[in-house]
Amino acid sequence: MATEPDPQTDTTADGSESGAGEVEARVGLRYTLKQVKRDTTALMGIYTVGFVTLIAVLAAIDYYIFDYAVAEMFWYSPVQDPDEVQRLLPPVGMENQFGAGVIEHPMGTDHRGRDIFVRLFYGTRIAITVGFMATGIGLVGGTLIGAVSGYYGGWIDDVLQRITETIYAIPFLVLVIAFMTAFGRDLTFAMIGVGITSIPVFNRLIRSRVVSIREEDYIEAARAAGVKDRNIILRHIIPNSFAPVLVQATLQIGVSILIVAGLSFLGFGAQPPTPSWGQMLSASRNYMLPAPTFSLWPGMAILVTVIGFNILGDGLQDALDPRINN
Amino acid sequence: MSEPLLSVENLKTQFFTEDGTVRAVDGISFDVYEGEIVGLVGESGAGKSVATSSLLRLVDSPGEIVGGEITFKGETIFGLEEGADGEPRPRDEMLSEEEMREQIRGREIAIIFQDPMESLNPVFTVGGQLREFIEINRDLSADEAKEEAIEMLREVGIPAPESRYDEYPHQFSGGMRQRVLIAMALACQPDLIIADEPTTALDVTVEGQILEMVTDLQEKYDTSFIWVTHDMSVVAEICDRVNVMYLGEIIEHSEVDDLFYDTKHPYTQALLDSMPRPDETVHELDPIKGVMPEAINPPSGCRFHSRCPDAREVCREVHPEARNLAADGEPKHSAACVKYDAFEVGYDESRPIETEATGGFSAGLTETEAEE
Repeated sequence: MATEPDPQTDTTADGSESGAGEVEARVGLRYTLKQVKRDTTALMGIYTVGFVTLIAVLAAIDYYIFDYAVAEMFWYSPVQDPDEVQRLLPPVGMENQFGAGVIEHPMGTDHRGRDIFVRLFYGTRIAITVGFMATGIGLVGGTLIGAVSGYYGGWIDDVLQRITETIYAIPFLVLVIAFMTAFGRDLTFAMIGVGITSIPVFNRLIRSRVVSIREEDYIEAARAAGVKDRNIILRHIIPNSFAPVLVQATLQIGVSILIVAGLSFLGFGAQPPTPSWGQMLSASRNYMLPAPTFSLWPGMAILVTVIGFNILGDGLQDALDPRINN
Repeated sequence: MSEPLLSVENLKTQFFTEDGTVRAVDGISFDVYEGEIVGLVGESGAGKSVATSSLLRLVDSPGEIVGGEITFKGETIFGLEEGADGEPRPRDEMLSEEEMREQIRGREIAIIFQDPMESLNPVFTVGGQLREFIEINRDLSADEAKEEAIEMLREVGIPAPESRYDEYPHQFSGGMRQRVLIAMALACQPDLIIADEPTTALDVTVEGQILEMVTDLQEKYDTSFIWVTHDMSVVAEICDRVNVMYLGEIIEHSEVDDLFYDTKHPYTQALLDSMPRPDETVHELDPIKGVMPEAINPPSGCRFHSRCPDAREVCREVHPEARNLAADGEPKHSAACVKYDAFEVGYDESRPIETEATGGFSAGLTETEAEE
């Protein structure tokens, strides 16, 4: 056996020496998170997204397990019309033609007298579910199609790319509305529809990466070692192409939330009385002059959430791209 | 001699490009017996790497194996027969793609690639990749495979293999990665390892260590090797028998000592003259003149005649097949050059022709260099 000078001298090339032979990897989840944390803007993104997601989880627990019992116990039901109607109250500390704001309804009430705060809280569930599910569908579909198409090339590539380009060519809102008209107007089909329209985005992204990674020696080495095509794609090619996809997915969640809010505004999506931000906006547009704060709240919620996902995406991009690191 | 482990007969691999057919490997034949290291030597572009990927049927489109026969331990890796319509078609006993993947690749024949920097997947730990290959090819459970992987890392001289198991490829130096690749090849206990210029990317000290290690491990595991290289000194160091390739053909084949001390083919001679030898002192090294012609349109006759110092008229016309030139009872030593009497094509009577090597085209360039 040949003698090697000193094992540690071999690792100094990556420049991250630290103490007693511990070498810290510059790849992987932990390192990425550390990079993101250094970036104040990205950190704000993480906190916003984390906060909104936490609310969504709490709302989902109450909705699925207790059927709004928790909300009713501590506050008001987000779906039931109240017995004692106080319509379109302003937030606490303000006054409008319908009365003065009261402490029980900190953000005021909507056109049926329901508490806006509680509806906003429970509307988070829809926004986050839709964002993650729609993006998930697009991500899984687009990644698989893109990877298969890029790895095999030839006619498989041609067929798959022409199909996704066809999807790309149709204006997505029209496509989703057509899809929902055909299958049903509820939220599930909104998510599937938005998911399908985002397949081409991921497909192209991953295909362009796969085409270059396919030629790498380690793919050839894996083939020479008898690894199955399926495992080469899943275990060797996709993980190597994943950094830009992760960034795109984060941005796409924001986009999906926006699209589904838009659909709800148009009457496609979550149906009343289920609280959703888009539908609250839609309802509020008739009362913009007498009660402007009614439309302000859901608008703000959408704005903050979408910006949160966008700056998180940007921060991830910086963290995952070694060229931007300093 | 016993049955060869691997037998290649008249293998032809061609690339169908827009500019025409590139005959990268044009009818090569060689055998590999158990426990020996066979060298495959030649300049860049001679077709060495295409030949090795053909052995595992890993040639990608637009390349294709168009003829010949590859037999490994009695199994037909590649073989054609004439179909009903007169077109050649794969023989029935030829292994299917799935059988190749499951039985041959990695399990029976492993490859060590040229560039250790590129041959490991950057997003997985070194140990994880090693373990994956072992799991696939040796039917071990994940835990056993991990143990085996650490054992192999120790075997190839990686210090502290337990902790380095969880490190990523970029944390290893070039020499260390090459050791890992060798561990990967050996770990699946194949009968044959194809080493495709594994030390080319390394500096000479590391190269020396790796060669020493391979020799030791080869003795220990009794694995056969096909060692692809362009470096004659590596050949002298480790090979038992050598095949010299030029433009897709094997132009000389012999035992390693015969190749150096009883060189037959002018190309092999030119290769040897172009590098320093410990047993000969020369005033100035003599490079091979010119560059290798494109395989897309090889020269007529002997393919080396355009650069050959001994070229005569007949070399342009007659294409020599390699013939055994060794005396009876001696080990086989074949060469494809018509200047030997065995070819009987009238070389001696033929008129010498002017080539790049005899001072025709590129002589001016070398003279100016010499004057400096």
